[in-house]
Amino acid sequence: MAKTHHGAGRVPRLLARLLLRALPTVVGVVVLIYFFLRLVPGDAADAIAADAGAATSAGMEALRARLGLDQSLITQFGQYVWGLLHLDLGQSVRYNAPVIDLIWQRLPDTVLLMVTAMTIAVALGIVMGMTMARFAGRLPDRLLSVLALVFYSVPGFWIGLMLIVVFSVQLGWLPSGGSGPIGRAGQGWAGVLVKPRYLLLPSVSLGLFYLSIYARLTRASMLEQAGQDYVRTALAKGLSPRKVMFRHVLRNALLPVTTMVGMHVGAMLGGAVVVETVYNWPGLGKLSFEAILSRDFNVLMAILLLSSFLVIAANVMVDLVHGWLDPRIQET
Amino acid sequence: MTKISRRTFNLLAGTSALAMTLPHIAKAEEPVVGGSVTMAVADEPPSLVSLTTTSASTVILSPKITEGLLTFDFDLTPKPELATEWEVSEDGLTYTFKLREGVKFHDGTPLTSADVAFSLMNLKKVHPRGQSTFQSLEKVDTPDDLTAVLTLSQPAPYLLTAFSAAEAPIVPRHAYEGFEDNPVASPNGNAPIGTGPFRFVEWARGSYILMERNPDYWDAPKPYVDELITQFVGDASVRSIGLESGEIDLAGWSPVPLTDMERIKADPNLQVETRGNEYQNNGFYRIEFNLENEYFKDVRVRQAFAHMIQPQQILDIVFMGYGDLARGPVTPSLKKIYDPETPVLEHDPDRAAALLDEAGYPADADGKRFDVTIDARPGVASQIAQYMRNVLAPLGVAVTVRNEDQSAYVRRVYTDRDFAFNAQGSSQLFDPTVGTQRFYWSQNFRPGVPYSNAAAYQNPEVDALLEAAAVENDPAKRKEQLDAFQHVIANDVPAIGLIATHQITIANVNLVNFCTGALGISGNFADLYLKDG
Repeated sequence: MAKTHHGAGRVPRLLARLLLRALPTVVGVVVLIYFFLRLVPGDAADAIAADAGAATSAGMEALRARLGLDQSLITQFGQYVWGLLHLDLGQSVRYNAPVIDLIWQRLPDTVLLMVTAMTIAVALGIVMGMTMARFAGRLPDRLLSVLALVFYSVPGFWIGLMLIVVFSVQLGWLPSGGSGPIGRAGQGWAGVLVKPRYLLLPSVSLGLFYLSIYARLTRASMLEQAGQDYVRTALAKGLSPRKVMFRHVLRNALLPVTTMVGMHVGAMLGGAVVVETVYNWPGLGKLSFEAILSRDFNVLMAILLLSSFLVIAANVMVDLVHGWLDPRIQET
Repeated sequence: MTKISRRTFNLLAGTSALAMTLPHIAKAEEPVVGGSVTMAVADEPPSLVSLTTTSASTVILSPKITEGLLTFDFDLTPKPELATEWEVSEDGLTYTFKLREGVKFHDGTPLTSADVAFSLMNLKKVHPRGQSTFQSLEKVDTPDDLTAVLTLSQPAPYLLTAFSAAEAPIVPRHAYEGFEDNPVASPNGNAPIGTGPFRFVEWARGSYILMERNPDYWDAPKPYVDELITQFVGDASVRSIGLESGEIDLAGWSPVPLTDMERIKADPNLQVETRGNEYQNNGFYRIEFNLENEYFKDVRVRQAFAHMIQPQQILDIVFMGYGDLARGPVTPSLKKIYDPETPVLEHDPDRAAALLDEAGYPADADGKRFDVTIDARPGVASQIAQYMRNVLAPLGVAVTVRNEDQSAYVRRVYTDRDFAFNAQGSSQLFDPTVGTQRFYWSQNFRPGVPYSNAAAYQNPEVDALLEAAAVENDPAKRKEQLDAFQHVIANDVPAIGLIATHQITIANVNLVNFCTGALGISGNFADLYLKDG
């Protein structure tokens, strides 16, 4: 089939496009963010001294010299870019550790949280949207619409705190924070097996907002597709309504949903800041928040670079999924 | 057996005060060995050794691993830790410490006077307060392995109190080999070895720090707890929930929103302790004026503002009663230094209005006098700033509250000096020369240096008193000097003292001996144990 031929050449072509797209984005991110961040009042030395609650003038000078903050902005930028070209993300001033180590320590937990939250949002959102479309205008649709509206409008941290109050404090079923048991309790398989208990509440809190968007989007585009000629044709040629719904209507209705998912991957990292703080989840969101407060710009730059890669990669994934959902897209 | 009697003795010493508030703890109760304690701190520490930073979390965690020469009971009386005996010469210029025998660092290396010399000289160099606290320290001689002799250039009456684990940790010299020029870069900061009751195991960035019982601790059979977990929990409400659900056993420095305290106190699984702030004296709140500002260069304007404030309202509303009124520059909790006779500018709106009239700011037809902006150090100080806005409005002074994050605030107030007056909380520490002088000494008006004399206050009389008190060996004379200092500040009002807060420690009822002295939650936890193990 033509489809497989196209499929074979597609992945390398996409990778080439990924690189092509990534390069200007990365240059833009590095230059803009680097200089924008310097507009923020206060530097890392101020943050360190503020945190310590005490300082002396010789101490401040020594600190700035050690952090390279006594040099001109252009020199600092040149050194940063030079390091970047050698794949060196620099040193965190707050943690006195290489930035790359900090990122690697946090990345798995953040990816786990985001993938789970996104999976929950997409899977439940589509099911909810289908149900709403199926019963459009009737009671189940109305009820689910209200629910979606609540998820959409209530802030994630509040949902998070309420979930903690109900499931951790009142019922005592789930832990209120952290990403896993600590110390002896967390060693070996026991630690891995209980991980989902820690993951559930934060990923639900993070995913609910997106769930409501995907539900409404699925509902709208399914209703739109249901009125199309090809649906009537399919029904006329004798396909069962169930088959029409899943093979034809849903498949086409998912195109806008996947586009949104691709766009939301980056946004989710932003939402993760709040959820990670409420649940004390040791991820990149919390790290970036702390990096802003402590003016630890090397860490922040690295996270922003990483998230720009993440967005680009997500877009490529969306392209691939689009091609699978609608083979016509591959031809272009 | 001597072992048991010593243990019982220490327990009695440690818990006698606690037992008064918690009658159900039998005094002779035998400590239980074992178990795991989870403590919550607000921020991830920048380092685990308080050699190079005084960040709050570092000061809590460092003493568990890295000990000091002395420790202090609630009224700041020194007690032996790594030093068993100490002597200060008549002239206050020589300090001799005898070190405890048989103390080993966690890697097996014995503790010697060389480690003490290295630590103290480096504190002077790299500790944020070290350059002032250890200013007079000339050299440390080590006549033998267990004797350290400190020579001072001039007396430092406060210095003995500085030798705690929190303020002056004794680090192993060999862990800093190759980092003599830059101790901050030594890996010992992130994975320390010390002589303390707990050994460092793991630091999971962004999540927790794990310590385990040091089985070779010099004060065997202490410590009792097998495992000490410290979680970083940034959100105060989340800390409340963790304490209530039992996931967190212990948290200090007023860890929960004060509005949650009624609930916490009613919880049968939790106990509340308000002592343990006597050493750090954290949370001393003031209104500080910029004396270079057009309004506040006039003492009458500053006095007028002081006459509008009723600190009791701030104590009741903002701090829900957890604190003491502190109208002068020195916290009342420093009982040997605070002067209760310090004059107070009482609440008197008429006097305030008259002072502003005199200063040349009469009320216009609408009752308005002038507009001014107050900056607030992030945290509770912002509520004090709002209080100022409310109480100054009737006087015809329209106050705008400006909130910034910590770094922006520090940059604005101390470097750019682009502020009129500000509300802030700070640490008073264990002595005014260390904790208070920095705000009022003209030599410490140093733009660019956080927590210096931001008021730009320059008064030769105050300078003379502070400088004399810093080197006065006679406690009675020193008390006179510091009393005089408190009186001058009270009239001159470069800053208005408001509240010395109580720092609340909340613990599970299962915990015993989590607060055994002035260091509070910054103690070494050697005596800490769980009732049910």
